[in-house]
Amino acid sequence: MTTDLTKEPERTPAAQEGAAEISGAEIVLEGVVKKYPGQKAAAVESLSLTIPAGEIVMFIGPSGCGKTTSLKMINRLIEPTSGTIRIGGEDIRGQSENELRRNIGYVIQGGSLFPHMTVAKNIALVPKLLGWDAKRISTRVEELLDLVGLDPSRYRDRYPRELSGGQQQRVGVARGLAADPPVILMDEPFGAVDPITRQRLQDELLSIQRELRKTIVCVTHDIDEAIKLGDRILILQEGAQIAQYDTPEVILGAPANEFVEDFVGSGSSLKQLSLTRVSEVELRRPTTATVGEQVAEVKRRAEANGDRSVIVLDSRNRPVGWPWLRQLKGDVVLEPTEDLVNLDQRATLNDALDTMLSSSHGGAVVTGDRDQYLGVVVFDAVTDHIRSLEEQARG
Amino acid sequence: MWDFIVERREALLYNTFQHANLVVQAVLVATVIAVLLAVLITRVPRLEGPANAISAIGLTIPSFALVSLLLTFFSFGSLPAFIAVAFYAVLPVLRNAVVGLQGVDATLLESARGMGMSEVTTLVRVRLPLAWPVILAGVRVSMQMSMGVAAIAAYVGGPGLGTYILKGLTQIGGANAINYALVGTIGVVVVALLADLVLLLVGRATISKGIRV
Ligand SMILES: Nc1ncnc2c1ncn2[C@@H]1O[C@H](COP(=O)(O)OP(=O)(O)OP(=O)(O)O)[C@@H](O)[C@H]1O
Ligand SMILES: [Mg+2]
Repeated sequence: MTTDLTKEPERTPAAQEGAAEISGAEIVLEGVVKKYPGQKAAAVESLSLTIPAGEIVMFIGPSGCGKTTSLKMINRLIEPTSGTIRIGGEDIRGQSENELRRNIGYVIQGGSLFPHMTVAKNIALVPKLLGWDAKRISTRVEELLDLVGLDPSRYRDRYPRELSGGQQQRVGVARGLAADPPVILMDEPFGAVDPITRQRLQDELLSIQRELRKTIVCVTHDIDEAIKLGDRILILQEGAQIAQYDTPEVILGAPANEFVEDFVGSGSSLKQLSLTRVSEVELRRPTTATVGEQVAEVKRRAEANGDRSVIVLDSRNRPVGWPWLRQLKGDVVLEPTEDLVNLDQRATLNDALDTMLSSSHGGAVVTGDRDQYLGVVVFDAVTDHIRSLEEQARG
Repeated sequence: MWDFIVERREALLYNTFQHANLVVQAVLVATVIAVLLAVLITRVPRLEGPANAISAIGLTIPSFALVSLLLTFFSFGSLPAFIAVAFYAVLPVLRNAVVGLQGVDATLLESARGMGMSEVTTLVRVRLPLAWPVILAGVRVSMQMSMGVAAIAAYVGGPGLGTYILKGLTQIGGANAINYALVGTIGVVVVALLADLVLLLVGRATISKGIRV
């Protein structure tokens, strides 16, 4: 896949066409009602909704408004009281529950991995249920671990308890993707991890989605997450009534009613920071070095460019470190041991500021698909961008 | 006493083997029955109350009484001994299996369902493996208890080390009474310890590394 920086900023679904083949399927809900036994008011009062193929739609709303119920009706973990749901034009009641679910990825908070199975076994579950042969399954497991940024040889045979929360969640996502389902349902997938890990996981999801173009329905509690991840956001009120269903830009710029306004919150120019992607601001290209290169040569190059630090890339063009020149010792550039926090090109300026503030370089390294190095976003570029937004707003 | 043992070493070995054999077979059968019952109970919540009551009451029936009762149905031999041992052996395993199966995290079960696993697959691949450490702990308790119960089964002519204890008791005051009783008792303890060790190893081999404590 090529990374075309000039094209990426456009986020309207139509503009993304052609970036990668859509592998998702359209989901249509029609007059879907769920009334739990013994409940006076329905948990979901007639929800009608079209989720376009290949998009991420975020469900958000106050606690108890029916997000989870609506989501689970799509894979029939909950049977609707009435109404119909179609995926790719076909009524979901047309096949058995288990058949349906094997073709829908399901990712929940914390990853919900089976503790007695290794990472590989967890990921292999659905392919096994679908009767794939062992060879195909093991290739697929490697591929998926790679996709979610876990080194297969290191993590394949670990048990969930030997992973951090963020890693478990990554495996959870890999498991949801295992059989390459057109539709993926996620219920607060990143709710259980710390903010920095959450940001990384979100970046990774966006990067994966850029390649795969699935239809993803994701429940969240976090409006910033909804703005960042969603091609569209569905804001729900009590009883799963639609308050607004639109792109993040429209929801921020033209909230449909007071409820949405309150929900989205004030400080919308700050929220604009969540709308702008790192790829929309200018990236610097400082001197780079590859692991194994001669240090003397690297220093010469950096000094010629007037750089006091270099970005170290591994053999697969992934940034692994950002040392100062004086930290480069020995003959050849070694693989740095520090843990470099990278930004995906679709990370928001909000994320970028966060990352920069904790970096001694006043900038952050930006990566594209599969962690390929793109450049560096610096503080000035972000402040320039904010200033230009303000000027636009003033007219 | 050493001479006593050496003189009878063949019979002693034979009886020790018989004892272990009876207990192991009974516990195996009991484990299968108990797990099947537990699966049924966790699927039909109404059964849980009665099941708990039965296992509580069952453990209070003196084994001697049960053994005598069985005698009226089956006369002497190894069958009533087997039934008596198996009956008691079921109870601790059943209790643990119910607790273990119910203890499986509900979100994991929902995850399994959400992935399209059938009920049977979920049972075999998720619920039983996760409950297994608890079930196995029940089997260990059951095994220890059954060693004692099997000794009493000698009363109905069952095989095993109980025959020595019985002989010792009926010959109280006789020349070898103490020797008989001691050899029988120590034999039971040794077999029990060995069996526990074996179960410990079984646990090592069968409990997933991911959930071993
Ligand atoms: N199994 C159930 N039986 C009865 N009522 C239920 C059941 N599950 C959910 N409800 C009710 O239905 C309503 C919607 O629940 P749901 O779980 O869909 O909310 P949610 O939007 O996901 O909330 P949260 O943000 O807290 O997760 C709530 O009022 C809840 O109490
Ligand atoms: Mg919920």
